[in-house]
Amino acid sequence: MNAKTADKIATGVIYAISGIVALILISMLAFILIRGVPHLSWHFLTSPARAFEAGGGIGIQLFNSFYLLILAMLISFPIALGAAIYLNEYAKKGRFTSIVRTAIEILSSLPSVVVGLFGFLIFVVQFGFGFSILSGAIALTIFNLPLLTRSIETSLAQIPNLQREAGSALGLSRWETVIHVILPAAVPSIVTGVVLSAGRVFGEAAALIYTAGQSAPALNFADWNPFNISSPLNPMRPAETLAVHIWKINSEGIMPDLNAVSAGASAVLIIVVLLFNFSARKIGAKLYKKLTSA
Amino acid sequence: MDKITQKLMQKSESTKKDSLGRAISLAALSLIVIVVISIFTFVMSRGLSTFFHDGVHVKDFLLGSTWNPSVINPQTKQPYIGALPMILGSFIVTFLAAIVATPFAIGTSLFMTEIAQKRGAKIMQPIIELLVGIPSVVYGVIGLTVIVPFIRQIFGGSGFGILSGTIVLFVMILPTITSMTVDTLKSVPRHYRESALAIGATRWQMIYKVVLRAATPGILTAIVFGMARAFGEALAVQMVIGNAALMPHDLTSPASTLTSVLTMGIGNTVMGSLQNDVLWTLAMILLLMSLVFNLVVRAIGRKGELK
Repeated sequence: MNAKTADKIATGVIYAISGIVALILISMLAFILIRGVPHLSWHFLTSPARAFEAGGGIGIQLFNSFYLLILAMLISFPIALGAAIYLNEYAKKGRFTSIVRTAIEILSSLPSVVVGLFGFLIFVVQFGFGFSILSGAIALTIFNLPLLTRSIETSLAQIPNLQREAGSALGLSRWETVIHVILPAAVPSIVTGVVLSAGRVFGEAAALIYTAGQSAPALNFADWNPFNISSPLNPMRPAETLAVHIWKINSEGIMPDLNAVSAGASAVLIIVVLLFNFSARKIGAKLYKKLTSA
Repeated sequence: MDKITQKLMQKSESTKKDSLGRAISLAALSLIVIVVISIFTFVMSRGLSTFFHDGVHVKDFLLGSTWNPSVINPQTKQPYIGALPMILGSFIVTFLAAIVATPFAIGTSLFMTEIAQKRGAKIMQPIIELLVGIPSVVYGVIGLTVIVPFIRQIFGGSGFGILSGTIVLFVMILPTITSMTVDTLKSVPRHYRESALAIGATRWQMIYKVVLRAATPGILTAIVFGMARAFGEALAVQMVIGNAALMPHDLTSPASTLTSVLTMGIGNTVMGSLQNDVLWTLAMILLLMSLVFNLVVRAIGRKGELK
C-alpha cells in the first residue's frame, strides 16, 4: 500500500472515530436533558420526596446538596489555600516537599468510596457524629482537598516571579508579598478553580452514602436555629443529597414513578454541574478584567 | 541598651507576621499529609485484622472463589470468604473498558490536535471538558435505562453484567483519557512535525512515526489514569453489574466488583465482625491498587524523561 493511500485511510478512520465519539457524548447529554427536563416543575424542585407513592419531589435533597457543598467548600478552601501557599511560596526542593507532593497525588487518586469508608469509620463511628451533614462535609473535604490544592497552587505558580521580586524590593516580607501582591493577582484563576471543584463536589455520591447517610428527614424551612432537629441548618441531621438520592431510588426500585423522578433529578444534577462549569470560566474572566487593567 | 538598639535587635512586626503565616500554611499542608497517613493506617489496620484477628489465610481470601461471609463452610469451619470473583470482576471491567476506550481516545485527540484543530477546539474540546465533570451516578442512570435493556434485547438474560459495566466505564473514562492525551499531543514540539513533513512524510506517517512515538509516555499515563478511575468507580458500576458475587464466566451474566460489594455490604454488617472485616480487606485492596496505579504513572514518567 503506498503512503498516500495509507494517509487517506488513516484520516478517514480518525474522522470516523471522532465522529462516533462526538455522537456518543452529545447523544448522552441530550438523552439526559430531553428525558428529564419535561419533569421539572416548581413542585418537583421544592416538595419532599415520597418513597412509596408517585408525585414526590427533590426539594430536601437539593437543599442538602447545596448546604453540604457550601460547608465542604468552607472547610476545604482555607486548608487548600494554606497548603498551596506553602507549597508554592515557602517550600524548598527537598525530601519533605517531595513526600508531601506524593501524599497529595495519592490522595487525589484514591477511589471516593474509600474516602467515604474512612469517613464512616472515623467520623460516623469513632467520633460518634452519626450519619450527619458534618460527617459528609468532612468526607467531601478530604475528597476535594488534593484537587483544590493543586489548582490553587497552579494559579499561584502562574504569577510571574517579577511580582515577588517587586514585593521584596519594596521591603515586604514574603508573607506580605503573598497576601498583598500574589493572591490578588491570582484571584481570578483561583475562583475558576474553586467553582470547577464545586461542580465535582456537587455530583459526588460514593463518598456520602456512608457519611451523610441515605435518608432525608422532613425539614421545617421556617426554623433556622441550627440546634433544632428539624432545622435545615442543623449539621448533625442525616442528609441525603441529590446524587445519593438518584443512586438510592434506582437501586431500591420501589418508587412507583421512579423513572420520572430519576430522569428529572439527573437532569437537575447535570444542569447544575454544567452551570458551574460555564460560570467558572465566565466569572474568572470577568474578575480578571475587573481586577487588572487588562 | 537604648530603645533604637532594642528595636533593631528584635524581630520586626512583618518578620513575626511572616513566621506566623508560614506556620499556618505549613499546618494546613501537614493536615493533608496527616489525613493521607490516617486513611492508610485505619483502612489497613481494619483490613489486615481479617488475617491477624480472624485468622483467615491470605490464600483462601485471594484465591477462594465462593463469597458468602455469613455462611460457615462445614469442612473448614470458616465462612466462605473467597474474594476472587470480585477481584477478577474489577480487573476485567477495568481492562476491557481501557482497551475499548484507548483507540477512541487516541483517534479523537489526533482529530483535535493534528487534523482539525479549529473544529476540535470549537466543538470537541468543550464537550470533552463538560463530560469529565459529569457525576458518575448519571452514567449509572444512563447505563440502567439505555445499556442494560439494550444488552438484554441482544444477548438475552437480565442485561446486567460485565459487558454493561464495561460500556458504562468506557463512556466514563473516555473523556478523561481523551483530554489528557490531547494535552500530551499538544506538548509535542512543533518542529518535530515540521521536520517530518519537510522530509516528505505524509500526515499519517508524521503522526504515526513521530508524534505518537514522542507522546507515548504521556498517552500511557492517560490510560493508567483512566484505569485508576475505572477501578475505583463505585456507584455507576454497582448499578449495572448485577451484584452477584459469582465467578465471572461470561460477559452478560451478573457479576460484581470490589467497589460494588463494598457499597452494598458495609452498611449491613456489624463493626468488628468477620463479615465486616472482610469488607475492609476489600477496601484495603482498592487502596493498594490505587497506590500501584500511582507507582506505574511514576515509572512511566521516569522512563519518558530519559529520552
